[in-house]
Amino acid sequence: MKGKDVTVVNAIGRSVPTLVNGKSEIPYKGIGKHRPNGRKFGPIISSCADFPADGNKLVPTLKQALINAGLKDGMTISTHHHFRNGDLIAIQIFNIAAEMGVKNLIWFPSASFDCHAPLIKHLEDGTIHHIEGSMNGQLGRFTTAGKMKGVGVLRSHGGRYQAVQDGEVEIDIAVIAAPSADSFGNANGVDGPAACGLLGFALADSQYANKVIVVTDNLVPFPCVPWHIQGNYVDHVVQVDQVGIPEKIVSGTTAITKSPDRLFLAELTSKFCDQAGIIRDGFSFQAGAGGTALSIGIYFAEMLKAKGMKARFARGGSNKFLVEMLEDGLVEYILDGQTFDLEGVKSMRNNPNHVNTSPFTSYNYHGKGNFAQLLDVVILGATEVDVNFNANVVTHSDGALLHGIGGWQNCLFAKCTILPIPLFRDRIPVVREEVTTVCGPGELIDVIVTERGIAINPLRTDLLDKVKDSDLPIRTIHELKEEAERICGTPQKQVFDDEIVAVVKWVDGTILDSIRKLRN
Amino acid sequence: MIATAGNNGEKDRSDCLVTLELVQSGGIQIEVMSKVNALYGEDIRLLCKSILDFFSIEHAVLEISDKGALPFVIAARVEAAIKQLKQTDEQYLLEMLPENLYHTVADQPRTTRLYLPGNTPSLMINAGIHKPEGVILDLEDAVAFHKKGEARLLVRNALRNLSFMGVERMVRINQMPAGLEDLDYVIPHHVNLVLVPKCESAAQIHSVNERIALIQNKTGTPGPVWLMPIIESARGVLKSLEIAEAAENVIAMAIGLEDYTADMGVNRTNEGVESLFARVQVVHACKAAGIQAIDSVFSDVGDMIALKANVQASKALGFEGMGCIHPRQVSVIRENFAPTEVEIDAAKKIVDAFKIASEKGLGVVSLGTKMIDAPVVKRAMRTIDLAVALGRLEKNWSDKELE
Repeated sequence: MKGKDVTVVNAIGRSVPTLVNGKSEIPYKGIGKHRPNGRKFGPIISSCADFPADGNKLVPTLKQALINAGLKDGMTISTHHHFRNGDLIAIQIFNIAAEMGVKNLIWFPSASFDCHAPLIKHLEDGTIHHIEGSMNGQLGRFTTAGKMKGVGVLRSHGGRYQAVQDGEVEIDIAVIAAPSADSFGNANGVDGPAACGLLGFALADSQYANKVIVVTDNLVPFPCVPWHIQGNYVDHVVQVDQVGIPEKIVSGTTAITKSPDRLFLAELTSKFCDQAGIIRDGFSFQAGAGGTALSIGIYFAEMLKAKGMKARFARGGSNKFLVEMLEDGLVEYILDGQTFDLEGVKSMRNNPNHVNTSPFTSYNYHGKGNFAQLLDVVILGATEVDVNFNANVVTHSDGALLHGIGGWQNCLFAKCTILPIPLFRDRIPVVREEVTTVCGPGELIDVIVTERGIAINPLRTDLLDKVKDSDLPIRTIHELKEEAERICGTPQKQVFDDEIVAVVKWVDGTILDSIRKLRN
Repeated sequence: MIATAGNNGEKDRSDCLVTLELVQSGGIQIEVMSKVNALYGEDIRLLCKSILDFFSIEHAVLEISDKGALPFVIAARVEAAIKQLKQTDEQYLLEMLPENLYHTVADQPRTTRLYLPGNTPSLMINAGIHKPEGVILDLEDAVAFHKKGEARLLVRNALRNLSFMGVERMVRINQMPAGLEDLDYVIPHHVNLVLVPKCESAAQIHSVNERIALIQNKTGTPGPVWLMPIIESARGVLKSLEIAEAAENVIAMAIGLEDYTADMGVNRTNEGVESLFARVQVVHACKAAGIQAIDSVFSDVGDMIALKANVQASKALGFEGMGCIHPRQVSVIRENFAPTEVEIDAAKKIVDAFKIASEKGLGVVSLGTKMIDAPVVKRAMRTIDLAVALGRLEKNWSDKELE
């Protein structure tokens, strides 16, 4: 299909393909406009008669487990990013597949990291046909260079759950790397040498995949408690020497920023939240993993302390700063989606108010509500924002695909979505006429905070009203865009190849935008 | 001969390295390697070409290795490379931003002034957002000797083309006599204040003022240029009154303790006993001359608690401001120099009493049973003005309280 895509213009004005990797797709129709009928995907019925009577599902090697699971050409293989940049299992799976001569696999990770760059060789040798999930760093560059055989599909964490639940993606084999497990297949993320917190990203896979393999380096006698993953879903268990590198779950993006400019943004954002009346007793918030967002959490803590208030809940990514707030009584619950550091892991293990969640509870749009929409405020990042408040998180202004969506799209449904971003990075304007890739529709993005002014979405007359008498530097989004261009210059029009190399899915499975091959 | 200007080290951002070779034939060849090539590659090429044209260069090989430099930086780097190879008095001047054409007044607060190394564009670009009372584009100690020439051009371009969001724009020139040449690059470009380092005599101030007058006449760029001498030696300390009274446009004087303690052969400590005499002397000279006394910078940017103690001690001696070497120091320094709640409340009562007495035509001001002397009223008014200027008190505080 590559190179001769049939495209249509979707509800947000972007040209998207109707066919992706041979499957027909629905273009984005608007927020809440796509209402699928029918029933969810039905996994195969299993019988205890086919499994060991003593419940011991151990097989000697990962290769044996993959063979037992029926690994063959064209299958969809899923893995998860609980170890972030310290994952040791995904590479092994595709090395084994290459060795067995298996071709055209679809890799379906919950996210990819730098440590997955070695998979480029398996994208080149035909073992992997394409990736559905995220394509970060070198994998992204490989994709936008037009070198991947199939078309990449980018989904949010909630979108991944939705795609599996709705049967959009049928997982043939799920490989769940677990810090602790028993031979029945019960597994958790809080115990063992590679403890990473929780295993929520693998929930959909355990429930819906045709075959499920649990891999651990900390095999405990039955029962492995708590069971974040239930053994009743699991086909095979494999014991290995090392499942992941726990130190690498603390990636660069989870350190507090020392940059005075970013601290300034963080301070201005928390001031805005205060003056807009968002910070009050019993409120709830989520701040992402970036340096600026982390600092905002710290400013929130200071304000709560000064006012003698506390937050009812905060959504993680948790880290030591959020854990401190929990322990200091400034927040009553952490509803955690992933743990960014070992303090977070420890707190999740020991503190009953530090609760593990999953993309189903937090983010899934095809459910009966989710937690993200209950948040009073969410603080997110973006690579670009445009004058319609549409925002981009996956590509840079030069068109290179470098990041995944994560929970970003799902969080936009919070009651107030704030993006603190610099007006420009070096000479790259961040507030632009039109974003390179639309990842989030502007109607869900409420406030843009830059060091040179704050723009409030005109749809949010309530927020505009609340801060109209404040001393905050309120500007229009057009004024911000013009200032960025006055400083950096008007950027030249980007020229892309026609070939679509990846698509961005919206939370309901429709296609929001396409990413095209870079020229040269 | 090949000339290079600018920086593209691993940690450098918003800067570029320009390499230029003048050749005999082949026309202009420009090669741009830039992280913003997709957005501004053509823009960068056009700018380089227009600068080469301006200096009448017809044959050259120019390479630019760019890490997101803004146009004012690229222009400075290209000009600096050209001037290493070609003798010329011409200057390639970018547009003077209309919002940079403001003047400052002699007695406005100068509580915080943020030092910006004169050859490091990344630190200049957002300096204004931190809202110090002033920024100091530093051509002296913050610039390596072999980079002095290109720093002058960068500072000149920043004065014209970079918005500092209304804060007072200051330049620290080099030590005399080299500093006089620096003036050629800043005076015509609407600098508000010049810091004269290692000042030891009134004669140095006079020579700076003569040069300023000369440049202003030649370029037709009048307007007040204030001077802030920096006292950094034993001789300077002893001559401080003479310096403070040297000219009308000397409106503040600062002390620089790193050089002073080196000159004295003593160690600099956080407590500052070794520099007590010098600081007290400088404050006295300033008060005698009726100008602002500004304290030395505090160099541990990580220790905000020690900085706070340092500012409080400085305020107690009579200083009215301090240099900042990191944006995070600005708020700590301002907060601790600013009048306290208690000071403001006392001052408000005195000023109100004075107003009532004036309205009634009384010659004597009294508060309760206490008589208030004129100097007390004057000090209270200064406290009020400073509180208003530093955002501690609303401008119309007295109307508001009457409502």
